[in-house]
Amino acid sequence: MPDKYIARNSPLAARTLDGEMLIMSVVDSTFVTLSEVATSIWEGADGKTPLSQIVSQRICPEFDVDLNAAQRDAEQFVDELSRCGLLLVSEQPIDSPIYPES
Amino acid sequence: MSLAAEINQKALELGIPLSVHLDVTYRCNERCVHCYLDHDDHGEMPTSEIKDLLTQLAEAGVFYLTLSGGEVLMRRDFFEIVEFARSLLFDVKIKTNGVMIHQREAQRFRDLGVQQVQISVYSHRPEVHDAITKLPGSLKRTIEAIRFLHSQGLKVTIANVLMSANVCDGAGVVALARELGVVYTVDPTITPKMDGDTSILQLRIAAPELQQVFHNRDLVGDVEEFCAPPPPPGDDIMLGYPCSAGHTFCYISPYGDVFPCVQFPLPSGNVRRQRFLSIWRDSAQLKQVRSIRAKDLSTCSSCAHVGTCTRCPGLAYMEGSMLGPSTADCQKSFQRTGIPTANMLRHASATALGPLIQIQPMLGAGATAL
Repeated sequence: MPDKYIARNSPLAARTLDGEMLIMSVVDSTFVTLSEVATSIWEGADGKTPLSQIVSQRICPEFDVDLNAAQRDAEQFVDELSRCGLLLVSEQPIDSPIYPES
Repeated sequence: MSLAAEINQKALELGIPLSVHLDVTYRCNERCVHCYLDHDDHGEMPTSEIKDLLTQLAEAGVFYLTLSGGEVLMRRDFFEIVEFARSLLFDVKIKTNGVMIHQREAQRFRDLGVQQVQISVYSHRPEVHDAITKLPGSLKRTIEAIRFLHSQGLKVTIANVLMSANVCDGAGVVALARELGVVYTVDPTITPKMDGDTSILQLRIAAPELQQVFHNRDLVGDVEEFCAPPPPPGDDIMLGYPCSAGHTFCYISPYGDVFPCVQFPLPSGNVRRQRFLSIWRDSAQLKQVRSIRAKDLSTCSSCAHVGTCTRCPGLAYMEGSMLGPSTADCQKSFQRTGIPTANMLRHASATALGPLIQIQPMLGAGATAL
């Protein structure tokens, strides 16, 4: 299966509160909060790093989780956020999002 | 509990200033008769200081950022400020009179990801609106701005401040909002000027008209719910805090002064002399505001309306005590429900007894009793 590249979509507002990421779509006010693991994936969503690499290099070492389980969870998370319009997903690297990191 | 309410509760528990209202200037191109501001520039923060402040606010956890004034577009660097704020991923709301917004400005706000634009409209009639703003042609320009912003897909809210001069025009502004496809909000609050001058309070709506406003479905929505008698307050109310001012919200002036709220002129620090977070955490004034619970309020704690009143601690502070009642809100609670507030009953009692116990001044020799 081809790897996925993910990038934070704009426009959105975001802030980290006590380790938990709060994200709101400016377009339709969709509001989500991310767990620490999801926040780590979100922070790695630079459009250039493949999702598999985000999982293996950020998630597994940081949270001490099994690679296959983490990859499955990450795929599900990416799917949910892309349906909300908060993440862009592509089989090719994505140009830098408009706004820099939070 | 909604997700937004959960976030607010979490911010409260963690002591995070989730929302900040920043006035970037007090300068304005309108001269509204009810305005509480002095429009001269006494040394507002330049671009670099505002950017540094915004960086501090982001680090402190601020998520909701309201940029207001004065008229925000009187600052030539306003778009630079908004762009910087959006680069820090604030949820940005802008308050403006709209008269300087054309197609290009509206498009720029959309491109920058501004979440909402709130625009003041006083009447659907130019002769009334323009008389309040003292800027001829302002209603026409404001309506054009709303159309430009709406056409860009931006969320636009009309803020309709009602006072004696325009109290009959609420329904007209509601109809205008419908025609423009934007949200309408009504606010019958006129506050003293920031220097304490209370002369503009004479513009407040008279009691019978306020009652009519609160019982007008077009203005308040569900009248039965809005005007329902207050339920008996439980412990959660009595141990709760009066509003978000100083708890999860604060106001910063164009000169860097920090206050609990834009309507609460209790100086709590200045970001030109201290880091914002140090003011937020350590200010004695903010700590005092945070220490107040409904049970501590001198008159309001015994009032039937304590759980539902819109009591503004800032207006109470301007009346003499942040623990006391805000008589404007007493009036609102009464006109909504028909049930007198504890403060009104106390004063009525004093008035009723007044003539019986009044001490007449001693008259000197040769004086004439009236």
